[in-house]
Amino acid sequence: MTQPAKPDLVTVNIDGKEIAVPKGTNVIEAARLVNVDVPHYCYHPKLAVVGNCRMCLIEMGMPAVDPATKTPVMDPATGKQKINWIPRPQIGCGTTVSPGLHVKTTSPMVKDAREGVMEFLLINHPLDCPICDQAGECKLQEQATGYGRGYSRFIEQKNVKPKRTQLGPRVTLDDERCVLCSRCIRFSRDVAGADVLGFVDRGSYSTLTCHPDKKLDHNYSLNTVDICPVGALTSTDFRFKMRVWFLKQTNTICTESSVGVNSVAWSREGTLYRITPRRNDEVNDTWMADSGRVLYKQVQSAERLASTASLDTLVAQAAEVFKAAAGSIAVVGSGRSSVEEQFLTKKLAAALQASVSLVSRTAQGDKLLISADRNPNVRGALVTGLITTLPSAQLTALAADIDAGKVKAVVSLGEDLAAAGLSAAQLAKVAIVYLGTHANATSAAAKVLIPTVTVFEKAGTFVNQQFRIQKFIQAIPPQAGAHNDLAVLAKLTTAAGAPAPAAEVGTLWPSIAAEVPVLANVLFKTLPESGVLLDAADWKSLPFVEGETLHYKPTAAAAAVASPQ
Amino acid sequence: MPAPEQRRIIFQHIDEPGYTNDIDCYLRNGGYEVLKKSVGRKPEELIDEVKKSGLRGRGGAGFPCGVKWGLVDRKSGKPIYLIVNADESEPGTFKDRYIMHQDPHQLIEGTIISCFANNVKQAYIYIRGEMPEGARILEKAITEARAKNFVGPNILGTGYSCEIYVHRGAGAYICGEETGLIESLEGKRANPRIKPPYFPAVLGLYQCPTIVNNVETLCHVKYIAEHGGEAYAKIGTPNNTGTRIFCVSGHVQRPGYYEFPAGTITMGQLLNDVCGGPLPGRTFKAVIPGGSSAKILRFGERFKGKRKVGAEMVDYDWGVEDVPMDFDSLGMIGTMGGSGGVIVMDDTVNMVEALANINAFYSHESCGQCTPCREGSLWMKKISSRMVHGDARPQDGALLKSVADQIPGRTICAFGEACSWPTQSFIAKFTDEFNNYHEAKKQPKPAAANVLV
Repeated sequence: MTQPAKPDLVTVNIDGKEIAVPKGTNVIEAARLVNVDVPHYCYHPKLAVVGNCRMCLIEMGMPAVDPATKTPVMDPATGKQKINWIPRPQIGCGTTVSPGLHVKTTSPMVKDAREGVMEFLLINHPLDCPICDQAGECKLQEQATGYGRGYSRFIEQKNVKPKRTQLGPRVTLDDERCVLCSRCIRFSRDVAGADVLGFVDRGSYSTLTCHPDKKLDHNYSLNTVDICPVGALTSTDFRFKMRVWFLKQTNTICTESSVGVNSVAWSREGTLYRITPRRNDEVNDTWMADSGRVLYKQVQSAERLASTASLDTLVAQAAEVFKAAAGSIAVVGSGRSSVEEQFLTKKLAAALQASVSLVSRTAQGDKLLISADRNPNVRGALVTGLITTLPSAQLTALAADIDAGKVKAVVSLGEDLAAAGLSAAQLAKVAIVYLGTHANATSAAAKVLIPTVTVFEKAGTFVNQQFRIQKFIQAIPPQAGAHNDLAVLAKLTTAAGAPAPAAEVGTLWPSIAAEVPVLANVLFKTLPESGVLLDAADWKSLPFVEGETLHYKPTAAAAAVASPQ
Repeated sequence: MPAPEQRRIIFQHIDEPGYTNDIDCYLRNGGYEVLKKSVGRKPEELIDEVKKSGLRGRGGAGFPCGVKWGLVDRKSGKPIYLIVNADESEPGTFKDRYIMHQDPHQLIEGTIISCFANNVKQAYIYIRGEMPEGARILEKAITEARAKNFVGPNILGTGYSCEIYVHRGAGAYICGEETGLIESLEGKRANPRIKPPYFPAVLGLYQCPTIVNNVETLCHVKYIAEHGGEAYAKIGTPNNTGTRIFCVSGHVQRPGYYEFPAGTITMGQLLNDVCGGPLPGRTFKAVIPGGSSAKILRFGERFKGKRKVGAEMVDYDWGVEDVPMDFDSLGMIGTMGGSGGVIVMDDTVNMVEALANINAFYSHESCGQCTPCREGSLWMKKISSRMVHGDARPQDGALLKSVADQIPGRTICAFGEACSWPTQSFIAKFTDEFNNYHEAKKQPKPAAANVLV
């Protein structure tokens, strides 16, 4: 069935398959839509087109039109309009679709062009795949197999270029492997706004390097490693640690800020090895900050809390605290908890008849992918109704209540109360039930300490600054002696005297959907990878702290707060 | 048939005794009179004259100048720039240098006329890095012309202003490619731009419409403005109008530069009658007709086919000596008129060694942007160097050709063709020499030619 013509769609023919694609699409993207692979190196969907690798050469033709009468010229053999094929191959990346465009990606001309380019790319390449970190996710490897001739005719000396160059604190460069696609240069200059990389020398001796007195040290430098199609740019952290084909990939969400960068956690046998960004055109494109990639190291940090006592024992201890302080308990929730955890925190607070506060965590945003709000899920707390106003950095009201003797016990969901402004004396005055992952002043002062898990050891959802609900999946099993937050919260709620809620993400969601109006149509199981935008009308007048970042503009109310004039 | 007389319209005063490159000498010889007349005319009229003249660009591609000017986007509201391409780098070409050294005001007058015709307020002369002397002469000439109000604000009281700046390149062949030149002028690496979308006529220098013309072309514009497009079109042959300057180098008795009406002289007349034939005791072996990137011609080969003479198709059967030296005839026999650099080789030249020299040049000049040109040019150089350094294999000729075949038509700019055509044509026409080079290497070398003084 042919698709109805729409004004913004252009019908093209790729390898005999007709498809309507939006105007402005290039041939590589159009071909992707009909599952035709057009190999390429320099082209990247989020970077400027330079057309220099010449791997995406295709054969292209346009329907023939009589120049005098402007009427279509028919081909008597097929009964269709004749196609005038251009005798030279054209680049797919730099060719945008036009009505009636015909493309061949498997013709002898294209095959020959690809074989030629592959051979050229390999003659000066060290072919050191066995010791190269990129092996397994290397475009050169894949496309040499897919489109190369499979043998070498090169008997000359290969070019010698610098090896193991430290371009910056996190990126190592092997110039001999570089195919000079210039993706890293364009990314640094155009996306990260740091024009630090460039080529020196010319011809085949061209060498990627930093400009004089510059370093590749901006907070997005590791993206150059991601987009490097070969093993030239490698992550100094991940280098020689693990073969990528051994790693399991789990979709997760970066907790660095309320941007909610989509990412992938790479793990093997319960150990995380690296975090890379995952494409989401509405959130982070294909980028991610370097600082978000090291967060996996918190899983095995020396500060990690663990307990040999069973969860039931710990909950029983907490229940005693609840009983002793009944009626004068405060709950400090967290903007780092998942939506599900916040939903259960609210239930727990209700069962304890406790007041709820949240701690804000703000810093300067970088206008790209780190926002001013460094809590990933403050909006989740708003959506679930855990809070109704924006949190502040200091728990002054709670401190006053403790001083006044109105609060005798505090349940903290991973928040360091000392950092939030409570003095040691105030901490000593109350019985603290602390649920957390890492040691701090509050965990040290806690009466009941229940070790919980990091974002990589559990599943759940976060609501980012756009009010987009996005899910993260459990990548690795919990560390020994740490308990899933949901299980802990469910048991505590039960211990507080309320009916037992579901203790797992999947089983909990039907009640979340039933009780939270804006989440009525959301289910964890069916939540798409790219997330779902929620109706934010109820909170649009709140003065959120975030400034503008990639794919996010603050609301009028927030913008007024950010720039008071 | 004897060779026709030279007709020097661009080189009129070149090497003329007593002619100097200062403005007084130029004014004594009627200089800037054409500019004075031109600024009183309508710019459209001047563009029309250039269109009528049929002038084809003299940089190498032979693209019609009037058409180039016609493509300029004049509705964008952005300034239009004119760039004089004085990056004469094609080996075997040395015409622009003499214009700039000996008659710089001719170029400046032609440039200002072209600027006036195209409403250009700012022009750049991008001069090759290896021509410091030329840059100094041009700077001085521009200062002189500015003092006389031929350049600068309010030229000759007309209210029209135009500045010319001299920009020196840093010594790269690729800066002669117009989009590479534009990048270089903007202060970047001279990586040629992809077309589409970066056609200079629309998105050129600083993303503004830009005209890039060769030095000689602009001198022709001055002549056209003086005598009219129709009068110019009568010189030469239809579609190859005006005069052509040939820079003859290599193994002839009288190498040098010669200006003839285009299409009126054959290769044989040029080399034998004008340049005095081969050196004593030698015979011509091969000739490259349009700069080192043009495909080589082997003396003794025949070219047959049909060509258009007037309205009729006429059979032709030419030897190398019979080929008329114009864009179309040279194009028909599979090479090109290019920049007019005629490189002659006699029977002492070994083709493998000649090609090794050319390949070394092109591999050094590839900008390194496109894979086929970058890797292919160096690979070809490595093969041909290995051959001449005594490690030739019988299959190297075939390998060289196969490598060369993977380059042209697959790159951003025409450098892909420039670096592969020599190899393709040398091997196609001297196959045996390449296949037997490993044997020839064992023979004693022929005596070197006398050094020309």
